[in-house]
Amino acid sequence: MTARDEVLARLRAARDAGGSTSPAVPREYRRTGTLPPGSAAAVARLDETLTDYKAAVHRVRTEDEVPGAIAAVLRDAGATSIVVPAGLPAAWLTAYDGEVRTDGPPLSVADLDATDAVVTGGAVAIADTGTFVLDARAPDQGRRAISLVPDHHVCVLRADAVVSSVPEALARLDPDGPLTFVSGPSATSDIELDRVEGVHGPRRLDVVLVGPV
Amino acid sequence: MTTTHLGMPTVASDPHGHLRGTESFPVAAHRALADTQLRQNLGHATRTIRAKRAAVVGEVDDWEELRRAGECLKADVMARLPELLEQLEASVTARGGVVHWARDAEEANRIVVDLVQETGADEVVKVKSMATQETGLNEALGAAGIAALETDLAELIVQLSDDRPSHFLVPAIHRNRSEIRDIFLREMPDVDPDLTDEPRRLAMAARAHLRRKFLSARVGISGANFAVADSGTISVVESEGNGRMCLTLPDTLITVMGVEKIVPTWSDLEVFLQLLPRSSTGERMNPYTSTWSGVTPGDGPQTFHLVLLDNGRSNVLASPDGRQALHCIRCSACLNVCPVYERTGGHAYGSIYPGPIGAVLSPQLTGISGPDDVNASLPYASTLCGACFDACPVRIDIPHLLVQQRAAAVDAHTRPTAQDVAMRAAAAAMATPGRFSLAERVVKLGRLLGRSGRIRSVPGPGAAAWFGARDMPPPPAETFREWWARRERTRRDRT
Repeated sequence: MTARDEVLARLRAARDAGGSTSPAVPREYRRTGTLPPGSAAAVARLDETLTDYKAAVHRVRTEDEVPGAIAAVLRDAGATSIVVPAGLPAAWLTAYDGEVRTDGPPLSVADLDATDAVVTGGAVAIADTGTFVLDARAPDQGRRAISLVPDHHVCVLRADAVVSSVPEALARLDPDGPLTFVSGPSATSDIELDRVEGVHGPRRLDVVLVGPV
Repeated sequence: MTTTHLGMPTVASDPHGHLRGTESFPVAAHRALADTQLRQNLGHATRTIRAKRAAVVGEVDDWEELRRAGECLKADVMARLPELLEQLEASVTARGGVVHWARDAEEANRIVVDLVQETGADEVVKVKSMATQETGLNEALGAAGIAALETDLAELIVQLSDDRPSHFLVPAIHRNRSEIRDIFLREMPDVDPDLTDEPRRLAMAARAHLRRKFLSARVGISGANFAVADSGTISVVESEGNGRMCLTLPDTLITVMGVEKIVPTWSDLEVFLQLLPRSSTGERMNPYTSTWSGVTPGDGPQTFHLVLLDNGRSNVLASPDGRQALHCIRCSACLNVCPVYERTGGHAYGSIYPGPIGAVLSPQLTGISGPDDVNASLPYASTLCGACFDACPVRIDIPHLLVQQRAAAVDAHTRPTAQDVAMRAAAAAMATPGRFSLAERVVKLGRLLGRSGRIRSVPGPGAAAWFGARDMPPPPAETFREWWARRERTRRDRT
């Protein structure tokens, strides 16, 4: 008997012995958020929760202000080189005067490690938890390594990507491709269970939030 | 700092892996309680996390509804476990992954060792995983000449100090910042000799230590927090980014998961991704959660293996109540609120699964072999106060399971134990008022033993077992029955 057949046979016998009636799952929890998706209130709450977990949030009203905000953040960090996914809107980088490395063909890990920062878009953001999600198959977000290896991540989020709750976010996502949920810069609670920011992932996280201020 | 030999075998000598310690809970707990530093560290850490958890759980007005959904989702998974696993296997395979099945820890280790050897790598990077701690994978890899590098900060601390994990989430919870600094200074070859015990500096030291390893790793090994049957999606929930490194940069990824970690559909994660971070680190959301389905061309590992582990889980599933222990999502909230865990720490439980949930999970996974099985002592490591149930995000009725496992431990007695003898003596003494009164007079002799304020041992059958885990105040000069009789006499005399 193969391990597969034996494990499945054991589990079937055990399941039948212990009971095979599936309970109905009560879905009485909130499946739509308290704040309307894309609303000024949702964006304001996202600003608060991101800031609470030590991401720096930069609010701009319109898409036209994005290039200036990105350039200011990178200048402040002293980033002389950045990596961007191949599908990042070219207009976003017009005010930045450092070196731009486009990840296509793919950069090596060593190249990524030698790059100061990464600029990406985001698929969806969750206001309740201060989270944004990167979809590796979205052209403006790119494969996972580019938003992981550089030590500084700048993420641009539009108001229409902001929802209030976790269920609303999952409903917008396709699990077929790799997804990364990011809530603040890398951190650890491993020393006396207190949160400290800055371990293996990007230690600096800036979010440019486009929408009603 | 006190050091204790922990008796960890180099390769798991039991096919079950690290689910059973070498001594009973009372023996190990006695030693832990004498360690003042340990108690200070645990008290500080569990107080911190309890306050954080309470604050973020308080923000969620549908918390109880989420808990009920989580409870029923897991019960549904147990009722359909074989079918869901077959569905998971099909969806992972369809997306380019390879699924393996392991009857026990030994078999899981053999599968992983073979897979690593096929790649030719002699080093792997690991994301913290309870499943591979359970199987003793690192020791098995070591025996095959493969170095396993733990990359989670707390797991790294444990590995560097040749220690054992004592908590699901923070395996080095028993260490404070200055102990951690000392371990880093002693064990990290390239560490800054001026390293302070400031947590931020310690985190930086770990980053520097592992950076090159991450960037050059060829094989990554992880556990799984959740596996979605219908989409073949695996999820790892973490904080530091070490998980992302291990899941993204190597060519080959091997994930080992217990069969119970499955959820039916992607949207079911909407419940668990709310329950887990708030219960675990007391955060609205942990810094990083990664999800992937099979292999994605051009992104991440191009070879993906998923090892599905039974290792006693089918034993647990066969018990209609006991299977609740398989609902556990390893958040560790029950450890953090447990008055027993807070004082003894995780090592006293012997098994890699400590705390209230460990006390009901470990004996069920291994089965209880007889009266001398150390896992038979675990269900007694509780005051049955119920705090664990209140904290459990999937409403596992741990107090009920503890009582049930106590009964199972007694049922496993193949010969009368000291406890049985004591219980029989108590039953005999309480059978008639005359015998009870005689027993009370004998107990009063205890006043002679209790002159130091507490009685720590008495002669007689079963007494050693009783006093092994407790002391008691000396008996009063007058028993209740004597007092009652005297009171009645006085009243009669007055009238």
